[in-house]
Amino acid sequence: MNAMPRAVELGLIACTVCGQVCRTVPGDPQLDGDGVGDAMACPRCGSTLRRRKTDSYARTWALLIAAFILYIPANVLPIMRTASLNDVDDNTIISGVVELWVKGSPDLAIIVFTASIVVPMLKFLALGTLLVSSRRGSGWARVQRAKLYRLVELIGYWSMLDVFVVALLTALVRFSVLSLVEPLPGVIFFGLTVVLTMLASMSFDPRLIWDGKDTDD
Amino acid sequence: MGMSSPEALLVCEHCDTVYHRRPLARGDVATCARCGAELERHHAMSVNAMLALILTAMIVFVQANMWPIVTLGLSGQLSSTTLWGVILAMWREQAQVVSVLVAATLFFFPLLKMLLLGWLLWFARVGRRAPGFVRLMVGLHYLGPWTMSEVFVLGALVAIVKAHTYFDVIADPGIYAYAALTLLITIFAGVDLRRLWDEVPEQAA
Repeated sequence: MNAMPRAVELGLIACTVCGQVCRTVPGDPQLDGDGVGDAMACPRCGSTLRRRKTDSYARTWALLIAAFILYIPANVLPIMRTASLNDVDDNTIISGVVELWVKGSPDLAIIVFTASIVVPMLKFLALGTLLVSSRRGSGWARVQRAKLYRLVELIGYWSMLDVFVVALLTALVRFSVLSLVEPLPGVIFFGLTVVLTMLASMSFDPRLIWDGKDTDD
Repeated sequence: MGMSSPEALLVCEHCDTVYHRRPLARGDVATCARCGAELERHHAMSVNAMLALILTAMIVFVQANMWPIVTLGLSGQLSSTTLWGVILAMWREQAQVVSVLVAATLFFFPLLKMLLLGWLLWFARVGRRAPGFVRLMVGLHYLGPWTMSEVFVLGALVAIVKAHTYFDVIADPGIYAYAALTLLITIFAGVDLRRLWDEVPEQAA
């Protein structure tokens, strides 16, 4: 037996909701814990027990592709309009970053650039890489890929930053004809992109990274 | 390992590796030898301390929501807003999707999380499972990643800097309440709530 046995090999199954470890019954179609036709509920919290998240590959791909499609209008369309007496200006995500930079806050420009551009792109690339490599059962850089997934989980929701900035400025800048801020459709697409990428990373099962053939552990 | 009861085992959520559970000393964090994920950590904070933290967070949350966050000034006119002002403004300006997102992640979910925790911990203090314990613990698990108050604080900072170029900016008490709330959330982030399953045993029916 392997020095570090996995739950699958020992006929065990861990509840993803409460962490309870349960024994499966091999051969019984309802209690074998393979996720097909199972009626096995966690004895502690009642959640359905599955060896792996249901349809992890299909769901993660679907959510990731949907997020990517919405990410395009989120970047191309303006997210916010600033209007004053003699000037109407539509801002995109990237023009907002540039504005922060030239108006003398390069540090904040970097933070916004990271939250709005780097983090979503990282999520697309990271989850795409994880999906492809895990599907192929690749043994390549497993520890690093596991770390990458945890990073995506940890930082994912910070992308909501720009949405909150637009919302706050819309509520604050209300000086009738002198100065107004209005949200534009880009911000809606961006908010939805963030939600979809969060759902995508939740649908991915990191245990799939380790499910391929053992090469080097 | 074949004879161990499942309760004595611990399975890494990130790679499915099985471990024997070992008692942890203060400050200890058990990590997975295969994938490096955190398995379990020692609970330095007592149930009473957690409850105190939640009650504090509730008070600060009320303040963060009632008090205005920022005031802008432009040639003598003043304009300020609260969180609900933000939510209503987005609704009026044809961005209802964003309005709902803001209301959920900054108001309803954080509020629900604090109420659930307060309820569960109030009973856990005296070693009892609160009514609805199982359902509420499951609900808390799903609520986990959808509260974003700390992101809002950074957003407010960015908005202030952006507005500062054109307006006079006055930081209002609401922003300080939000900063305090972020601090409390950060302290609480290290707490593994699953411990309540073990610490509060099931009563014989």
